[in-house]
Amino acid sequence: MALVEIKNLHKSFGTNHVLRGIDFTVEQREVVCVIGPSGSGKSTLLRCVNLLEVPEEGQVIVRGEDITDRDCHLDAARSQIGMVFQQFNLFPHLNVLANCTVAQTTVLKRGSAEAEKIARANLDRVGLNDKVLAYPMQLSGGQQQRVAIARALSMDPQLMLFDEPTSALDPELVGDVLTVMRKLALDGMTMLVVTHEMAFAREVADRVVFMDAGVIVEQGPPAEVIGNPQHNRTRNFLARVLNPTHVEPT
Amino acid sequence: MSAPIDTVERKGLSPRQRAQRSRWIQYAILIALVLVAAFTADWAQIVSVFFKPQYIKAAFEDGLMQALVKTLEYTAGAFVIGLLGGTLLALMRLSSVGPYRWIATAYIEFFRGLPAIVVFIAFSLLPLAFEGLTIPLDPYGVVWLALGIVAAAYMAEVIRAGIQAVPKGQIEAARSLGMPFGLATRKIVLPQAFRIVLPPLTNDLILLVKDSSLVFIIGTSAEAYELTGFGRDLANTYANLTPLVTAGFCYLIITLPLGILVRRLEAKAARAR
Ligand SMILES: Nc1ncnc2c1ncn2[C@@H]1O[C@H](COP(=O)(O)OP(=O)(O)O)[C@@H](O)[C@H]1O
Ligand SMILES: [Mg+2]
Repeated sequence: MALVEIKNLHKSFGTNHVLRGIDFTVEQREVVCVIGPSGSGKSTLLRCVNLLEVPEEGQVIVRGEDITDRDCHLDAARSQIGMVFQQFNLFPHLNVLANCTVAQTTVLKRGSAEAEKIARANLDRVGLNDKVLAYPMQLSGGQQQRVAIARALSMDPQLMLFDEPTSALDPELVGDVLTVMRKLALDGMTMLVVTHEMAFAREVADRVVFMDAGVIVEQGPPAEVIGNPQHNRTRNFLARVLNPTHVEPT
Repeated sequence: MSAPIDTVERKGLSPRQRAQRSRWIQYAILIALVLVAAFTADWAQIVSVFFKPQYIKAAFEDGLMQALVKTLEYTAGAFVIGLLGGTLLALMRLSSVGPYRWIATAYIEFFRGLPAIVVFIAFSLLPLAFEGLTIPLDPYGVVWLALGIVAAAYMAEVIRAGIQAVPKGQIEAARSLGMPFGLATRKIVLPQAFRIVLPPLTNDLILLVKDSSLVFIIGTSAEAYELTGFGRDLANTYANLTPLVTAGFCYLIITLPLGILVRRLEAKAARAR
């Protein structure tokens, strides 16, 4: 059974029909990268997967449970889906450790000693065990994003969503975050990643999904979608992204 | 338009020199006024009416400090009620449930538009209107309620602004970790909102210190007097304003440090931005 199954997803903001019938699945332990031009609906799609946006039509089925169903325990479903945002969204009033424990103790009802142990293990995983008591403001963007990943991992998620996790970072800090994500993929984490990092997608993704204007134009192994795209729209997009003189605005 | 500038410039004064000259003229006028006041005023009379040492001493002996403590107690309790009520009202105003919003809006507009003194007069008449009505913790209950009801309306608007100033990504991050809305509000949004509104809330506290003087309208017993009631009573007794002035200075002892605190907090917030 697929871990996530998305069926005929439609989402509009007012008259702006952003998602126009999206169908796709993410298998257990699969890494799927979503690429596409700005405004094509990538973030909206990701946000529909944990229902930060409520779709008008269609279903999001996570491990056999339709989370768009009214009877679904949404918070429980969300706690199993980690989300990493472009702008990190760390809690500025809590230190790094508390950022990683607050949901564990309140949502999962873990004891504070256990939560702390798990948080430290995950901070170790992202290479920040020396920043446990720092506040987000005192960290670089790359460090903040890695704390955000550790915060999500501390909930033992079934699936991790990444929405352009490196787009807000200074170029020299991008590598650290991608390294952490690469390691995560090797550890068998199921990941759905919106990214403009084509080298990362080519190397780490099992499958690449190209989206444009609210529909999936093509998908397949990275060697095919990035290496030998079948559609004009994909080719145009890749030409713009891969050509350093035409940097895609984010 | 250029003609007057030409005439001034003919005298050879730069704009800066002119500004300086006008400042010196203002200083000179000010000093002249102070000197006139100093020489024409009847200082002996002023001191004996407003600052008579024996009455200052009498004020201390008759319980100025107890009155100061009462003012602090009345203010603190009302602040807590205002904070709790204001937070509740702010959350109601931002709620997606229509009736909550309407009730909160009506409450806030009503009590912000009403002079606080009207609320106090109403509370002073309550026992007449509802026979046998007792508000617990006499006299604190009535005072805290009357002051807190008005304070909540003011603080609600401040707190609402603070909640709205917390970036939307914060609640999204909390929700995506599985936190229910209430928990996310309590653990993530409100702590940040209060940090943002600490300076304006401290301003509300200063206003509340002063508003606590309205308590005398409710008509408390002499032991329950706060600074204004105490000062007024003693000034009546001695037919001299000194006790009231002394009580007035006590307000400044409370409010001036708070005012400095507000400026510090604002400077700190500006630096953090
Ligand atoms: N909360 C929102 N309200 C209104 N319009 C939105 C909102 N979020 C996204 N949109 C619109 O939806 C479209 C797709 O946005 P998004 O999913 O962020 O695209 P992408 O992530 O691919 O750049 C854009 O036209 C954007 O303006
Ligand atoms: Mg986006």
